[in-house]
Amino acid sequence: MARIAGIDLPKNKRGEIGLTYIFGIGRSTAQYILTKAGINFDKKVNQWDDDEQAAIRNIINSEFKVEGALRSEVQMSIKRLLDIACYRGLRHRKGLPVRGQRTKTNSRTRKGKRKTVAGKKKAPKK
Amino acid sequence: MGRSIKKGPYVDHNLEGKVVAMNDGKTKKGVVKTWSRRSTITPDFVGHTFAVHNGNKFIPVYVTEFMVGHKLGEFAPTRHFKGHSGTKNA
Repeated sequence: MARIAGIDLPKNKRGEIGLTYIFGIGRSTAQYILTKAGINFDKKVNQWDDDEQAAIRNIINSEFKVEGALRSEVQMSIKRLLDIACYRGLRHRKGLPVRGQRTKTNSRTRKGKRKTVAGKKKAPKK
Repeated sequence: MGRSIKKGPYVDHNLEGKVVAMNDGKTKKGVVKTWSRRSTITPDFVGHTFAVHNGNKFIPVYVTEFMVGHKLGEFAPTRHFKGHSGTKNA
């Protein structure tokens, strides 16, 4: 069982994919790590020996911010925007899209489930 | 696309002049009234108060060091949404 950065990696996945289960590591970062550690991308996670695991851990610790540290960094950046009360901060506060997307329709990811307003008439049919 | 680094941050010329004059002590410190929402906040601006126009009136903005790199206009909202008619909100 490979345990890296406080996360149990899936045993039966290829190393390249398995590493992406860590928050902050995607495909390209995973490939970079494996190349640097000299491990074949296709090698399954449970076939890594201790040396290889140590090498991967080393690279992640020294070069990348992952999991908790990365999450807190993101939170700190958002908090900074909230504190200085700039436009982006206000959008975060209201739970609306921050980067200028339309809000007349869509943007349900930010706004959440539709809130139906009572008494609002539907457009009359002609 | 972001602005080219080669050019440096954009600050309206007259506004920059006023801030520099205040920092050099040539003019009295006070609120700077400005329409230049497009100006980037540089480290020189820190500690000053700007009255930034939002299209209707001037919004006082006190500049702190965390605001450096943002534009003045980001701190003076141009739209004020009070809610739809008929929505009951506490």
